[in-house]
Amino acid sequence: MIITSRFFNRSELMGFIALAAVLFVILPLTLDVFRLNLVAKYLTYAFVALGLVLCWGYGGILSLGQGVFFGLGGYCMAMFLKLEASSVENTKIQSTPGIPDFMDWNQITSLPLFWQPFHSLAFTILAIILVPGLFALIIGTAMFKRRVGGTYFAIITQAVAAILTILIVGQQGYTGGINGMTDLRTLKGWDIRPDHAKIVLYFVEVVLLFACIGIAQFIRLTKLGRILVAMREQEDRVRFSGYSVANFKIFAFCMAAVFAAIGGATFALNVGFMSPSFVGIVPSIEMVIYTAVGGRMSIFGAIWGAILVNFAKTSLSESFPQLWLFGLGALFIAVVLAFPNGLSGLWADYVQPRIDRLFASRKAKPGWNDNSVADGAPAE
Amino acid sequence: MFGDYSLGDLGSIFVMQGFAGLILFSVYVLMALGLAIIFGQMGVINMAHGEFMILGAYVTWMTSNLFQAYLPSLFSGYFFLAMILAFVASGALGMLVEWALIRHLYKRPLDTLLATWGLSLMLQQAYRSVFGAREVGVELPQWMLGSLHVTDSIEVPINGVFVMCLTVLITISVAYVLYMSRWGRQVRAVVQNRIMAGAVGINTEKVDRYTFGLGCGIAGIAGSAFTMIGSTGPTSGQLYIVDTFLVVVFGGAASLLGTIASAFSISQTQSTLEFFMSGSMAKVLTLLAVVGILMLRPQGLFALKVRK
Repeated sequence: MIITSRFFNRSELMGFIALAAVLFVILPLTLDVFRLNLVAKYLTYAFVALGLVLCWGYGGILSLGQGVFFGLGGYCMAMFLKLEASSVENTKIQSTPGIPDFMDWNQITSLPLFWQPFHSLAFTILAIILVPGLFALIIGTAMFKRRVGGTYFAIITQAVAAILTILIVGQQGYTGGINGMTDLRTLKGWDIRPDHAKIVLYFVEVVLLFACIGIAQFIRLTKLGRILVAMREQEDRVRFSGYSVANFKIFAFCMAAVFAAIGGATFALNVGFMSPSFVGIVPSIEMVIYTAVGGRMSIFGAIWGAILVNFAKTSLSESFPQLWLFGLGALFIAVVLAFPNGLSGLWADYVQPRIDRLFASRKAKPGWNDNSVADGAPAE
Repeated sequence: MFGDYSLGDLGSIFVMQGFAGLILFSVYVLMALGLAIIFGQMGVINMAHGEFMILGAYVTWMTSNLFQAYLPSLFSGYFFLAMILAFVASGALGMLVEWALIRHLYKRPLDTLLATWGLSLMLQQAYRSVFGAREVGVELPQWMLGSLHVTDSIEVPINGVFVMCLTVLITISVAYVLYMSRWGRQVRAVVQNRIMAGAVGINTEKVDRYTFGLGCGIAGIAGSAFTMIGSTGPTSGQLYIVDTFLVVVFGGAASLLGTIASAFSISQTQSTLEFFMSGSMAKVLTLLAVVGILMLRPQGLFALKVRK
């Protein structure tokens, strides 16, 4: 595989260092545990945004069903945690001890078969990756092999999100219904609720996020990433060159699904519950917003987008609940109309040149080797 | 699930649920007609379509309140005026939106989806600020209530039949306008080749604006019909947008006949299943069937081609 000279070019390296400094050092030092936990919640969406950069920004496949994969990952994790929290001692007062409380409320007397394997942590971790991955593989194969793409794909993924939400809400006895799975307590006997556990979980999440950034950056730099971009711009030419366009699309979609699922699983761990309100159409589209605001072509931009939009959402909806929807809607329209490349586009257009000039004048030797073209505007 | 009923019962159930599904069918058809014009003809994905429908529903609600307060003698006829007002209001808003937003995005169809989603959020909040977060219900005039007794076990609701007739009428007029009139020819010419259409002297901007307005106006009428099956709230429209898109895609985007056929099959399947199981499971099964069929036959029921 051909990898360009360095893993990160200079501006990406700066982005990497800045993000690492903020997430590893500055935020844990300055925020109290409650706020840090909120940041952890925002970062779970950063996983989804990262996947969308690959799938939408690079591959040109707009999926409006990322909430499905976020939810599948989250529910897999939550099922494991819920089973651990529903041990026989903890659920003595139920008519059937040893099953999750919502099953008991819905007159279910034994653990359903598909819940059984979630007693094992190893199986759960595998399921978090494989269940959404396989689901994406099925959808992707069915759609892309028949050359369905673009808007049709977006609408069908959206329908899938709707179906899954209705199903989860309707099957209250098996899924916890609209309330979701609440009251998650321990992970292998280790309490996830106290403050020090939240800090540990935050760092685990950030490390996972950087691992995913590494994977995404690796994909971007290999030939695979180039083919994705080529496909987005001129699908037919790539096909005529002998590449199987469908397979590359399926890969990008599955990758995005797996990233979203990891985000969902860390959500269940950090926030301590999982509910259908993170699965449906609205959250799925919001996930696309984060990516669009941050910049669909920039890995770091999308992560900043997820953090900043969620931060704005929390602070605005705390103080001006009525303005929030107006603000979100206006932001969406503004991003689409005025800056299609989002924050990272603004950065590349206005801030980056100044920094470059600063460096260039210091070095007094302009014309350094620049390979940051990939971050630029996608040709419309 | 069918085992508990006799054959005669089953027949009656299917007929009754079929007629009960008529209003849902009409809402689907009217919503989908508007979308089929906007999405199928113009290629714009209008995620705010549900909000245009709800605008029509709110207009109907306001008209009914006005008639109750000031013209109680004419209350039985308010529905006709309400529909016209709903059409005008939604259509005007649609033309405004086209001018302000959509016309900048004709070359980027996926982005219209995002921008109109933003628009739908703003409209929802606007409804919430103006009309309040509580859902409102419309009072129907006397003659629309009640039902016709066809046989002992079959009853047909009058408002369903009324809305059904209305839907047929609107569908025929839309088909006439699109396929027979001079303006419809212009619309189709602009859709096929915008630059050439402009070159032969068609005012493409004007055609676009009126097309979008027509689609949104029909959604407004759908909103009037919607007031009969559900109460109107700021987010009611969102519940229908996915179903409607599925109806359009399932029927084959550019085909009016396909849209009607798919609206009929989807609404009737859902309405019939609802008798035998919970509403949510009926919806899940219906949507799953649609998505499954679309995976096997992505071009939809009637389309000539959708490959891109």
